[in-house]
Amino acid sequence: MQKVVGDPRKAFITGNEAVAWAALAAKAEIMFGYPITPQNEVMHYWTRLAPKYNRKFLQTEDELSAGFTTCGAIQAGKKAFTATAGPGNVLMQEPFGMAEAMRLPLLAVIQQRGGPSSGTVVYSQQEVTLTTFGGNGEGHRIVYSTSSHQEIFDYVIKGFNTAWKYRFPVFVLGDGYQAKMREPLEMYDPEDRGIEMVKPYALVGLDGRIGETREPQHLCNIYSLEEELYEVVLKIAGDYDAMTPEVVEYEEKECEDADIIVVSHGVVSRAADDAVKILRSQGIKAGYFRPITLRPFPQKQLREALAKSGAGKILIAESSYGQLERLTKQELYGETVPIKSLLMPGVGIVDSDIVNKVKSIM
Amino acid sequence: MVAPAMPKSWYVPSKPHKFCPGCGHGITLKALGEAIDELDIQNKVVFGCDIGCSLLAWNFFACDSTQTHHGRTTPVMVGIKRARPELICVGYMGDGGGYSIGSQHLLNSAVRNEKITVILINNTNYGMTGGQMAPTTLPGQITETTPYGRDVEVTGYPTKGPEFIAEITPENAYVARATVSKYKQLKRFIKNALRNQEQGNGFSFVEVLSTCPTNWRTSAEQTWHFLEDKMEKYFPIGELKNPLGKGEK
Repeated sequence: MQKVVGDPRKAFITGNEAVAWAALAAKAEIMFGYPITPQNEVMHYWTRLAPKYNRKFLQTEDELSAGFTTCGAIQAGKKAFTATAGPGNVLMQEPFGMAEAMRLPLLAVIQQRGGPSSGTVVYSQQEVTLTTFGGNGEGHRIVYSTSSHQEIFDYVIKGFNTAWKYRFPVFVLGDGYQAKMREPLEMYDPEDRGIEMVKPYALVGLDGRIGETREPQHLCNIYSLEEELYEVVLKIAGDYDAMTPEVVEYEEKECEDADIIVVSHGVVSRAADDAVKILRSQGIKAGYFRPITLRPFPQKQLREALAKSGAGKILIAESSYGQLERLTKQELYGETVPIKSLLMPGVGIVDSDIVNKVKSIM
Repeated sequence: MVAPAMPKSWYVPSKPHKFCPGCGHGITLKALGEAIDELDIQNKVVFGCDIGCSLLAWNFFACDSTQTHHGRTTPVMVGIKRARPELICVGYMGDGGGYSIGSQHLLNSAVRNEKITVILINNTNYGMTGGQMAPTTLPGQITETTPYGRDVEVTGYPTKGPEFIAEITPENAYVARATVSKYKQLKRFIKNALRNQEQGNGFSFVEVLSTCPTNWRTSAEQTWHFLEDKMEKYFPIGELKNPLGKGEK
């Protein structure tokens, strides 16, 4: 397959454009999509670039179809992906459930917009619960929450590999700000950096003559007996738990002696990072903890940060009304440290918001 | 015991199949199996089935097969075909999956002239869920959700799938309606729908009028009477579009 990015190069582009370039560099072969703001430009760039690199695209009739065509292409052995947001993410929970059940390495980029319902087309962090635990299943998926364009590029590439290696659906969770802003990043060819891209393989349409050199493949996601499903789900859960230590990612700063740890994710963690620096300069011992994987959650690492710092408080800052807070609380079950929160659903959070909040609760 | 003759493309370990006695699925799947054999395409067919009774065919064929949610077989087949155009993708679904919950997929795949084959069973009700009204339920027909008969003032008239698909597809699409009461013709139509895909022409669609004595609560004689004297009168049999030839009325 033709190289997309030759020598590493600096670019000043939107996050949506970074998604398209990263998917090309990761050797994605086909995208299925349906228009919804703020992810549209992922398709716009993909449709301009894809034919030059012999890749494919289909604009489907809705997000259900975009998700299910993606599942089909993956079953046929192609590295396929989609991108969506908001109500589109709601519709795609149905095909995401199929991917979870049938262990299809689907990659979806979610550019969060305001909710509930049509909400806004601008920005939020309100698709955390939906993306981590949506569908009528157990949330056996991997969710990377990015905070910069460089990370969008890096984690789209990494996401394809995680998906095809472990065969769980992977989500790169961005937001409208990351989607639409321009920001500098370095684009590169993953293999030039020693990142080996996992090769896709087919589940149907295999080579060979049925009954002579091979058996037919019968894929199914419905079971007649309770016990059959129970075994299937336990197997998925077992694989997921075994994988967790290998994929969990987090970022931690200044937690050694922190009196308060600010927990945030995605683009808000940039404000948190600045806020912690400001607070430190003013003599307040603040620490920074950011789950990069919201699923699986870096539970052990956050507990360790709490233990070593002896922090007396946690502040959770997020652009939703408590979705990260609920996730964090369930992961910290048994800890007694008081958890405070700065909840700003659907609006941006800047460093001074966090600085002021920390000062008000210290 | 001597096993009855079965198409080569049938998956023998899953036989006898799981459809109710008197159900038309078995007849349709036999026609499909023989058509696959005669065209010698067993190794490149991907068979996809929906939710509903069609689901019981998930391991019916010795062909690579997959199964998905209610109504979503069409986009899964589209995804496979777009990814691997050399495969022959056959979506198998009921009237609920195709004309109701998945109607947007069927309609738009037809408009895009997707090079897949869809075989849709019309038995005028939702069989698997216990006999509710389907888009194809006849006026006045009693079902679990129309216990006093389908009132067209309230729920509209039966969907005529091949007619609307014929309207929205280009000339190289194949569109037909068959019935399990005319086996040779049924097989011919299914074979044409597969050949049309194999030749890369366009969307290929066969609606099959079928029987559901379990939910119709009919005897063998009443079942056949309903199929031949009610359904086939309401839903005309024939090829609406056949790029391979003149078309059979």
